[in-house]
Amino acid sequence: MTGRRTVSGGPAIDRALPISFTFDGEEVAAFVGDTIASAILANGIEAPFRSPVLGRPRGVFSAGVEEPNAFVEISEPWFEPIVAATMVDVVEGMVVGSRPGVGRLRGDAPRGRRVEHRNAHVELLVVGSGHDGFYPARDAAARGERVMLVEQHRTIERGAGGDFRAEGVTYLTRATALGLYDDGYVTVFEHADELDRLWHIRADRVILATGAFERSIAFADNDRPGVMLSYASSRYLEHGVLVGSRTVVFTARGGAYATASNLVANGGEVPAIADVSGTESDLGDAKDAEVLRGWVASGTEGDRWLEAVHLEGPGGARRTIECDSLLVSGGWDPNLALWRAIGGGLRFDDEVHAFVPTDGPPWLSVVGSAAGEVPNDAPYWFVPSEDYSRHFVDFQRDQTIADIADTVDAGLRSVEHVKRATYIGTAIDQGRTSGVITAEVVNALLGESPGWQGPSNARPPAVPVPFATLAGPFRGDLFDPVRTTPMHPWHIERGAAFENVGQWKRPWFFPRDGEPMERAVERECLAVRTAVGSMDASTLGKIEVVGADAPAFLDRMYTNRMSNLAVGSIRYGLMLGLDGMVLDDGVAMRLADDRYLVTTTTGGAATVLDRFEEWLQTEWPDLRVYCTSVTEQWAVVAINGPRAREVVSATGTDVDLSREAFPFMTFHDGNVAGVPARLARVSFSGELAYELHVPAWHGLEIWEAVMAAGTPFGIEPYGTEAMHVLRAEKGYVIVGQDTDGSVTPHDLGMDWIVNLSKGDFVGRRSLRRSDVVRPDRKQLIGLFPEDTHALLPEGAQLVLEDTGRMPMPLAGHVTSSYRSPALGRTFALAMLAGGHELHGRTVYAPLPEGTVTCTVTSPVPYDPDGARRDG
Amino acid sequence: MLRVPCPWCGPREEIEFRYGGQAGIAYPTDPDALSDEAWADFLFLRDNPKGAFAERWYHAAGCRRWFDTVRDTATYAFELSAPPDEGNP
Repeated sequence: MTGRRTVSGGPAIDRALPISFTFDGEEVAAFVGDTIASAILANGIEAPFRSPVLGRPRGVFSAGVEEPNAFVEISEPWFEPIVAATMVDVVEGMVVGSRPGVGRLRGDAPRGRRVEHRNAHVELLVVGSGHDGFYPARDAAARGERVMLVEQHRTIERGAGGDFRAEGVTYLTRATALGLYDDGYVTVFEHADELDRLWHIRADRVILATGAFERSIAFADNDRPGVMLSYASSRYLEHGVLVGSRTVVFTARGGAYATASNLVANGGEVPAIADVSGTESDLGDAKDAEVLRGWVASGTEGDRWLEAVHLEGPGGARRTIECDSLLVSGGWDPNLALWRAIGGGLRFDDEVHAFVPTDGPPWLSVVGSAAGEVPNDAPYWFVPSEDYSRHFVDFQRDQTIADIADTVDAGLRSVEHVKRATYIGTAIDQGRTSGVITAEVVNALLGESPGWQGPSNARPPAVPVPFATLAGPFRGDLFDPVRTTPMHPWHIERGAAFENVGQWKRPWFFPRDGEPMERAVERECLAVRTAVGSMDASTLGKIEVVGADAPAFLDRMYTNRMSNLAVGSIRYGLMLGLDGMVLDDGVAMRLADDRYLVTTTTGGAATVLDRFEEWLQTEWPDLRVYCTSVTEQWAVVAINGPRAREVVSATGTDVDLSREAFPFMTFHDGNVAGVPARLARVSFSGELAYELHVPAWHGLEIWEAVMAAGTPFGIEPYGTEAMHVLRAEKGYVIVGQDTDGSVTPHDLGMDWIVNLSKGDFVGRRSLRRSDVVRPDRKQLIGLFPEDTHALLPEGAQLVLEDTGRMPMPLAGHVTSSYRSPALGRTFALAMLAGGHELHGRTVYAPLPEGTVTCTVTSPVPYDPDGARRDG
Repeated sequence: MLRVPCPWCGPREEIEFRYGGQAGIAYPTDPDALSDEAWADFLFLRDNPKGAFAERWYHAAGCRRWFDTVRDTATYAFELSAPPDEGNP
């Protein structure tokens, strides 16, 4: 016989509300208020757990978060892969199974708990609702401060008398502080009835009233089911559960006598107390117990459950006492895991034989037993023996004193090293019952005094947290903001496949009648090269740069001159980092003497605006310049192809579109399809092209007008993939695809855009650095695979000689690779060491499926003279 | 996660800010006059003290303004926070 339900009593349960649940396939009776562990004990279920490594039978060892044995999987009414049975309240119909210390993922998408995240700002956060935490919380609330109190159990601790709560304090019960971070930032995992809640709390002050954990004692076969920390028996009495019929107590502190008394008062029997505390204590109701001073537990016996304990006394005396329960207490250790994880210090206190806190962050304090107010009587951690191979220290890792001794024999001295060699303290209980014992075993093995070194550090999270809880609502559509253009509904209607570009959804291609991507892209490219295509370019970053010093400012930000750009004209520009590497590109339109609209890459808009602000605010505060993001204020339609002019004309505009009146790289404000618009002649395809900018709210309307007007001319919408092919055919680089932060304008063959005579600009001096002028830097080239159907994978490495044996000296890599309908073949752009001088040469791309032989070409394979852009 | 004192907005979550490295590194008045070594020193080399460190922050998801702080690199405590034009801290 093991545990049983007491006849009456148990303030933590409601005997009027019986419930039942399923444990390992059997129906188990419980009351509302029971934890899974208390219900298992109440029903006398024997040795239901197994240790994960050795498979030894194990029972409930504690009544709290430090539990190293009793782990369960919950499958109804929600799914939780692994959790301590001591920490879960039973609900009607719950389905639970024992798990040997290792959780198990399930493929059938089990129902997780609903999750929410919440934020809170408070003046005071108290962790732990006991006596120690109650008063500071109450007093702060009385002063009008916002106060939160975190308590791991359902009810507020009895220290303050029943479930008594201070007025004005926000209580989070069944909640665990997972971690403390800088400046009073605390994450709390609340297991509320209806859902799991992850709190992000910022507190001016944090008080840790985290109490203390009872310390175990290591002796032979101390892991047998029926052996339990002494405090736990009192906690289970509060659930109306007697953990055993006949209980022996093995203690190093006098306080355990009260535990014995409590058991007897509730119908239990305590035949003996083995006491190494060296103090006198009152037996209370346990007056029949034989007090064995200086005796220790030297072993246990039993088949599936504890049947007897072997005791050893002074002078080698031995006794064996039959029992079904053995309570152990080595004393109390302040619970300082959170304190230490944020950098709080520890020292060993010889008065209380425990590690107590020293200095920590100014916003953090520790009170009560966590601060070292622990009633310990003797420094006692393990029972000396000839054979330490069954003195278990970390139950969940199945590690013994003998295992620790092996690592110390091997030369390890630090507990941090012992931890990593033995894995002690790395299981999901975080070594709460093993950390201090391990440290003291190592200290003893090294011949050092107690406290010479303390337990290894613990890191957040303090208890296991499902990833789903950490993710919270930030999943699926809420994972990251989704940005769409005003034309987005049209793209969806048309069945576009989308590509993520930063947070933007951009049409990737527009498949027709289920055609594959390759066919769709080919069709879209041919439309632009032979007739006309339209692309939604609204995602382009757009920044208005305004002010008397805007021209001078842009001269300093771009490699070329922008100050002499005429109003109404457009110029392409390249922006460098201070290190001379290409940062972004785009065009600048001069709207007025003191006003430019500059465009950036879709992904670079925020970076460029930030860069502008940085220079203006920190280096040149004297410049009168204001920058405003207008990316979302303008919708942009790019109309590309030999018939682009006819399409714009047919859309209806008052702007003179003639070649003479509206040359390349100029813009005009006017009306298009009755909407105020800006028409710009810029081309990212090499074809005759117009960019049509309209206020965003006209975006969809103008897109539809262009498509309708373009139908007679064979207009096709095209997506980013065709855009990439078209621009690559012209050797137009994409910053971030063909460049990677280590590429200069010269590497790209773009010396023409670097004006070294105009004065200083960002990155200019770096272009003379010895490393930047090396002739063997990787440089942009074109590649034609010998096999005109071979498509090189982007990122493929290039070698000058294919020796057939690895390793081969690498000479470069492919940055862009496409099938070109216009060229009737595949081609690629690549960065190749000294590539500018290697046009015409053969290089190789050794790939797992075979080497691709390529010829190096100019990076402008299509229309190199630019004859097509004027239509 | 730090609570960063923005001189305009007050203390805010670190996630709103971008770190700007050491403060008080002025852009050279005549970069052309610098040797490669001196330019590389300006570009790449920064102090890394234990203790008080003058550094720049940018309130990217707030007022979008740069400011300078003095922060203790051992305790992470901010000792000073000021706009960049109010002198090097």
